[in-house]
Amino acid sequence: MRNFLLIIFTIFISLMANANEDAMHPKKEAWPFDGIFGKVDREAAQRGYKVYKEVCSACHSMDLIAFRTLTDIGFSKEEVKALAAESQIHDGPNDQGEMFDRPRTPADFLPAPFPNEQAARAANNGAYPPDLSLIIKARHDGANYVHALLNGFTEPNKEGLVIPNGMYYNPYFPGHKIAMAPPLAEGQVTFDDGTNSTIEQMSRDVVVFLQWAAEPEMEVRKRMGIKTMIFLLIFTGFFIVAKRRIWKNVK
Amino acid sequence: MSDKTEYKGLKGWIEHRLPIFSSLEHFSKYQTPKNLNYAWNFGSMAGIALVLQILTGLLLAMHYTPHIKMAFQSVESIMRDVNYGWLLRYMHAVGASMFFMVVYAHIARGLYYGSYKSPRELLWFFGIILFLAMMATAFMGYVLPWGQMSFWGATVITNLFSAFPLVGESIVTWLWGGFSVGNPTLNRFFALHYLLPFMLLGLVVIHIATLHQHGSNNPTGLDVKSKKDTINFHPYYTVKDFVGFGIFFIIYAYFVFFEPNYLGHPDNYIPANPMVTPTHIVPEWYFLPFYAILRSIPNKLAGVLAMFGSILILFFLPWLDKCKIRSGNYRPIFKVAYLFFIIDVVFLGWLGGKPAEGDYISMAQVATFFYFFYFLILVPVISIYEKTKPLPASISEDFAKHKGA
Repeated sequence: MRNFLLIIFTIFISLMANANEDAMHPKKEAWPFDGIFGKVDREAAQRGYKVYKEVCSACHSMDLIAFRTLTDIGFSKEEVKALAAESQIHDGPNDQGEMFDRPRTPADFLPAPFPNEQAARAANNGAYPPDLSLIIKARHDGANYVHALLNGFTEPNKEGLVIPNGMYYNPYFPGHKIAMAPPLAEGQVTFDDGTNSTIEQMSRDVVVFLQWAAEPEMEVRKRMGIKTMIFLLIFTGFFIVAKRRIWKNVK
Repeated sequence: MSDKTEYKGLKGWIEHRLPIFSSLEHFSKYQTPKNLNYAWNFGSMAGIALVLQILTGLLLAMHYTPHIKMAFQSVESIMRDVNYGWLLRYMHAVGASMFFMVVYAHIARGLYYGSYKSPRELLWFFGIILFLAMMATAFMGYVLPWGQMSFWGATVITNLFSAFPLVGESIVTWLWGGFSVGNPTLNRFFALHYLLPFMLLGLVVIHIATLHQHGSNNPTGLDVKSKKDTINFHPYYTVKDFVGFGIFFIIYAYFVFFEPNYLGHPDNYIPANPMVTPTHIVPEWYFLPFYAILRSIPNKLAGVLAMFGSILILFFLPWLDKCKIRSGNYRPIFKVAYLFFIIDVVFLGWLGGKPAEGDYISMAQVATFFYFFYFLILVPVISIYEKTKPLPASISEDFAKHKGA
């Protein structure tokens, strides 16, 4: 029964389909991080960080990302130090038992816009802007989804769909009504490398940054994967030959 | 085993006190039918999957914090700060899926070749117990990262016990260690998730000891009649097992390195939130067929009983199947029924991933009905009335025929 392997494979494929929630399927984009040779585009990720810092971070936290890890996307140690020091953190207690404010260091995590969920909801009409550290892994087809969502704000094309005050129409969002206002506007961020900051450009760059944030190990993982695969193919080939030779004389 | 080797010197001294060398020899000279096909590779693969789960799990446990406020964070710190922590966690998470894949193949092989029939009933029983223990372990392990699916999966599955009349609610409170899934639940799940794999290991030893009493079944289902039917386990099946391991590791590595989250659910990267229910609560893929059976029946208690019954029914299989011929190769009608059964289980798995609404419910009801119909009616009736094909004279004759071809 060779079919066993086939059956198992079929189980696999058939079970993976996720139930969709009437949201439009995002368009498949070509990303530099796709595929087994996928890489983090350092320049895009740095631009993406700037988009996050100047736009997204007004509402969204990234609690899992420490400044020190930004060297991964090509910032130098000095640049990271400077980026961290731009914001203050409430720390302490010190030797006198007092709490104090100090500039952030590379060991600190990115600052959150709100001290807690309640404060975030109070400031956002009751909606809670999710933390973005893992957003690419926490959504089905994450990279394409975030990209489509950022570019997907349109006028409602369905009749009878009432968009309440403070909500916006976005066909890629489950339920089509999202509490986030269209976050990006043409030319909103001035990129240091002179890249034209169209909405498409900014949304692509921020996806590259968020993808890195969700899977900072990706490049190392894929590189190790290629080496492991080469080893395993040789290993398996060796044992296939050995098996044939050992079994040859069995009658 | 009959022709015992004499051990001399230090070896002899040790052997006299601890029969370690003769035990090793037992394994290398263990007589195995020479006609086993690659369907017989899944047992050793499951063994290696268990060992890998224990090793990676041990290292993960050194960095994991079983507390509802810290569990999610600690898993992310494994992913980001622990050296090669991502490798450990992905190996462990994908490893669970690989373990189930090979175990399902292993069970499917046993079902087709009649490996549950006399004199291997106890071997089969220990296999089912292993399967149940494995499911419990996997379920509790999935709760540990304390993501949305962890929390809600734990809530749904523990709540099943509330279906039992009178004592149901008390059982659930007892399982939770509180009045909802909370920190005591997470703590005990971690403790049990650490304990159960070692019980699995013990069960594996019993499973193998039981196997070695009568030896492996084989594609003809015939008993071993002479020395010509068998060969030494080593090197013939050790080398064949390594071919299997190679293929196993290639698939495993592909997922770990290139698609580590393909088999998981994105919602588990959202920290658990008791105030927000996910749109669709789905278990990991390996539980989906049973989940579909559970949801297909409108009555909660009946659904729970059907779900447990779908596995417990396997205990009765050695007596439901009255056919003396073990292998499905010589049973033309059984073969067709078996194929439909496998399709049915795959179909149930697909349904388990769909929302329980509309046509999906009626489809799941038909599929659930067929699942039980197969074991309770088809297998017994076919086993009595089927006209089987002629068997080869011996294992060696069958082997020679295939070798010649």
